[in-house]
Amino acid sequence: MDDMRLTERTVDTNESKITARKVQVYYGDTHALRDVDVDILDKAVTAFIGPSGCGKSTFLRCINRMNDTISVARVEGEIKLDGEDIYDAKVDPVQLRAKVGMVFQKPNPFPKSIYDNVSYGPKIHGMTRSKAELDEIVEKSLRRAALWDEVKDRLNEPGTGLSGGQQQRLCIARAVATEPEVLLMDEPCSALDPIATAQVEELIDELRSNFSVVIVTHSMQQAARVSQRTAFFHLGYLVEYGETGQIFTNPKDPRTESYITGRIG
Amino acid sequence: MTDASLNSVPAAPRSRSLHTVDERTRKRNAAEKRFRVYGVTAILIGIVFLAVLAVSIVRSGMPAFSRMVVEIDFVLTQEQFDEAEAQLMKTSAYQAYFNAALQESLNAAGVSAPFDEAAVERILGKTGGILREFYRENPDRLGQPVSFELPASSRVDGYYKGRVTRDTIVDSRFLMKSDLDIVDAMHDAGILKRGFNWTFIQGTDSGVDNPGGAGIGASVIGSFFMMIVVLVLSLPIGVAASIYLEEFAPQNRFTDLIEVNISNLAAVPSIVFGILGLAVFIQFMHLPQSAPLVGGLVLTLMTLPTIIIATRASLKAVPPSIRDAALGVGASRMQAVFHHVLPLAMPGILTGTIIGLAQALGETAPLLLIGMVGYVAREYPDSLVAGFTEANSAMPAQIYTWAARADVGFYEKAWGGIIILLMFLLTMNIIAIILRRRYERRW
Ligand SMILES: Nc1ncnc2c1ncn2[C@@H]1O[C@H](COP(=O)(O)OP(=O)(O)OP(=O)(O)O)[C@@H](O)[C@H]1O
Ligand SMILES: [Mg+2]
Repeated sequence: MDDMRLTERTVDTNESKITARKVQVYYGDTHALRDVDVDILDKAVTAFIGPSGCGKSTFLRCINRMNDTISVARVEGEIKLDGEDIYDAKVDPVQLRAKVGMVFQKPNPFPKSIYDNVSYGPKIHGMTRSKAELDEIVEKSLRRAALWDEVKDRLNEPGTGLSGGQQQRLCIARAVATEPEVLLMDEPCSALDPIATAQVEELIDELRSNFSVVIVTHSMQQAARVSQRTAFFHLGYLVEYGETGQIFTNPKDPRTESYITGRIG
Repeated sequence: MTDASLNSVPAAPRSRSLHTVDERTRKRNAAEKRFRVYGVTAILIGIVFLAVLAVSIVRSGMPAFSRMVVEIDFVLTQEQFDEAEAQLMKTSAYQAYFNAALQESLNAAGVSAPFDEAAVERILGKTGGILREFYRENPDRLGQPVSFELPASSRVDGYYKGRVTRDTIVDSRFLMKSDLDIVDAMHDAGILKRGFNWTFIQGTDSGVDNPGGAGIGASVIGSFFMMIVVLVLSLPIGVAASIYLEEFAPQNRFTDLIEVNISNLAAVPSIVFGILGLAVFIQFMHLPQSAPLVGGLVLTLMTLPTIIIATRASLKAVPPSIRDAALGVGASRMQAVFHHVLPLAMPGILTGTIIGLAQALGETAPLLLIGMVGYVAREYPDSLVAGFTEANSAMPAQIYTWAARADVGFYEKAWGGIIILLMFLLTMNIIAIILRRRYERRW
């Protein structure tokens, strides 16, 4: 892999978009996430890596309060977005989720047409005033998700009729259509071929100029390619967090090193 | 089967031909074959029962849809009309004209029979009244030939349907043995014919000794108004309750209690709802007795649990990932439910609702308790409001009332009523299937 690239990577800003302090998540009696402290930078890509079941998705779901929908889940600690506590009683999670978009681990298109899938978010947020504007957003989003050429002739066919990888890209298009400030992507390339993966990575890189992107991935190479910051989770702990180059070339924690070199996971 | 026998099977050798079936596979295949035979047998038994039921219902019920009528061409002149109206016993004057016309028709057909006015009255009822009414209302038809179709009495009807034979007949004020000669003569002359029994479709309930005049029309209307009440109340209440319980309510003791009680309500015998309706709606709230409104309220109580259970099941069947997807793009819970979950649950909700309505349509016991028995269905309601508030019956209660009557003439009416009721139920089921097909989406 082109590991040399990561040394060239620089962060454009050092402003934190999201700051998490002492975050704990419990599912009933299981303590799934312990003492997570992390600062996610604005206009940068942060990768979460770690073995299966270590709590990557759980933490991601904390950031847009999707854990609210799980009745047994309980979140403690503090997560701030632009300095505002998102778990404050005054915060409406619906407003938060308009700012913090998400691509889920399993592709979950609505059983509606491809067009409706992408246009749903802009519609409910009143982002357009005419059909033409909406068409534009749909096309732009599908292009960004590298899906446009495959579906442009069948926008009215159901999104559920697409292949697994196409569905995943449809979900990406749906998430970027609402122009969120933060985009959380839970393994967005797990079902994609190398070409589509490269396209999605390009998209992530492009989004970085405006948004803050958090991506969960099981591919070390991908994390190294697209991210500026990497967080390594293990058994519910955030073991190590730092510049991607440093994590991959010079990890401080022995657990990080053994995971990266393939000895745990 | 014991563990020992399982253990005694020798370990399969490394490689074996696929062309020889080993012991285990043979056993498994035999078990599967046996199971298939059981399944097919069960289905066949079901089909046989269904066929027996259908055949017996159709055989017993079809006669209700036909009846014997006397068709006669009749002319009444202006002079005859004036003469009859001048008399003291006006209808018997008309009756005399009719008998003369009947005699003439028989003679013209070359059939002769000992003729007797009393016998004609037993066969056709008081024809004079019918004629007088017709000509008083249509004086312009005087002097012109008019074709009258008069239904024969239910005894005569029974004679042609095999209920009454020459051997079993007992002379009574309804029919004498000698009358059958005249009946036969009229039949030979082609005056007495079999016709479609419109009275059964359009009519109302009749007296206990007049099965020929009994019709199911009024109680169909009663059932219709009840179903409107049930649909209008139970669908919105049931769906709203289910959506709240399934999508919004917190999970706690209280909602658990509600959930258990809804399931319990679905198992409460219908007669209990009848008693409840009698006590609450009629005795306490003083709503009118025997009214479709009250019947509808009682059936709503019965239908609600069915609709709630079906709706909750179909909401549960919508994959949670759809809700996540909607919430993830910033939809509110309400939007997630109404834009995405509800449309997917719609086929199930509609099916549940129609099954609930069909159950309510066929329910008898609670209606009897609130006074919606068959014999109150004596007339059609004359306004929309009266349809809800005036005493009426419903199809199943009407059928029950007919089945309980002594006169054998009501027997076929009960079966005929069942045919009509089943036709309504079948229609509703077909609608349910069509709706389900139309709304069904795959994911
Ligand atoms: N809805 C839930 N209810 C109960 N426990 C859960 C739930 N979701 C996750 N968990 C538990 O929380 C822990 C972390 O799960 P999580 O989904 O965050 O893992 P992950 O790091 O995303 O793994 P993967 O890479 O396989 O997606 C696991 O032990 C899991 O069993
Ligand atoms: Mg995960």
